[in-house]
Amino acid sequence: MPNGLFLDIVDPWINWGWLSTHIPYVLAAVQEHITLTLIAVLAGFAISLPLGVLAHRWSSLRFPILTVFGIFYTIPSIALFALLIPYTGLSGTTAEIPLIGYNVLILVRNVLVGLDSVPPDVLDAADGMGYRPFVRLVRIELPLALPAIFAGLRVATVSTIGIVTITAVIGLGGLGQLILRGLIESFHSPLVVATVLSIVLALFADLLLAGAQRFAIPWARQA
Amino acid sequence: MGETGVNILESVGRWLTDPAHWQGPDGIPTRLGEHLHLSIESVSIGILIALPVGIVLGHYGRFGNLAINISNVGRAVPSFGILVIAFQVFGLGDLPIILALTALAIPPMVTNSYVALREVDPDVKDAARGMGYRELPQLLRVELPLAVPLIMAGVRTSAVQVVATATLAALIAGGGLGRYIVDGLARNDYPRLLAGALLVAALALATELLLAGLQRILVPRGIRLLKAPVASRASTFKTA
Repeated sequence: MPNGLFLDIVDPWINWGWLSTHIPYVLAAVQEHITLTLIAVLAGFAISLPLGVLAHRWSSLRFPILTVFGIFYTIPSIALFALLIPYTGLSGTTAEIPLIGYNVLILVRNVLVGLDSVPPDVLDAADGMGYRPFVRLVRIELPLALPAIFAGLRVATVSTIGIVTITAVIGLGGLGQLILRGLIESFHSPLVVATVLSIVLALFADLLLAGAQRFAIPWARQA
Repeated sequence: MGETGVNILESVGRWLTDPAHWQGPDGIPTRLGEHLHLSIESVSIGILIALPVGIVLGHYGRFGNLAINISNVGRAVPSFGILVIAFQVFGLGDLPIILALTALAIPPMVTNSYVALREVDPDVKDAARGMGYRELPQLLRVELPLAVPLIMAGVRTSAVQVVATATLAALIAGGGLGRYIVDGLARNDYPRLLAGALLVAALALATELLLAGLQRILVPRGIRLLKAPVASRASTFKTA
């Protein structure tokens, strides 16, 4: 280890002294991380729910919607950030547009899977009971589509938490800021703390959504 | 957009058509070669590790929860963090990049191949047994062909994500097309930045199309129409 020779110190993976004096700094990063993630997932969901319903009702919309967002989804986030910089600069908008677009693809796809999985008999029964189309959608079809929608929300949230770290290259990043600092200063503590916290955040969000799913879909608990 | 938009497009076009950017160690062919080399090596190692694990676990149906849980934790790992940690441990060079990309490639392939084998109809397996298939021929000749669509969907997801994430290699002093984006940002060189972004986007889309084609070829003709579209059953993921 040349570092050890020249500087006569070995940087530990976590310097607890550094961590204990930098707790507010770390918490601020966690907070920015959560905010960036929440905006991306909630806005993505708000866009994809109506889009998914429209594409389910009019199947000619299905292919164009899935293709456009599929192309967007395939493009790496760092390339989209770069393409947006001339227009929206180094800003939250530049970070959120790609993140929201990715979530729209994941969620539209799962809304469609969920709505497609509603058995035709159930729809017949609902029609027979006198449900109008909109009421049938809200009270019968969407609740039955919830398992697929929740599965999409979990994938979207966990991947967003990972990708948010990359927004550090455009000056945001939440925990990604600490990773970038660890890289630039060759200082292990912020790097390890941020990576571990990002994993914990993702697993915690996944668990939280799994809990919400159990609560929202009580009839599926036995299965 | 307006006038600035046109100017930007023009300068990107000029950058991309400048012969100087098509030769030498920082030329587009070299960077593309580095990008492909890193991606292909990582995906290949990932396939060698992930597919046997997923297929064997799915065939026997044991330790399934363990496999899925490990791969869920694997998905929670931020690609940027794991790349920088690998760089701090192994230093400069391709090794840390390939290790990190391989680690990211494995989870979707394990999950999808496990689910693919689990989803094989038990009646089909019974029928194969009744026809006198032994364990290994049954796995190779009955279960695997039925599982190919989902296994390939996993490989495709991983490969596209590895190509996308290889862009970040430039952040830890690696090569690849990400170099133009990272250098463009550092030098405030917009034409370089945007040309890099376009090249990276084009490569990711080309990978997706190529693998979609490969998937069509590899799926046995007899089972193409049997099941619901793979897209709705495969688990997707995005790391970059």
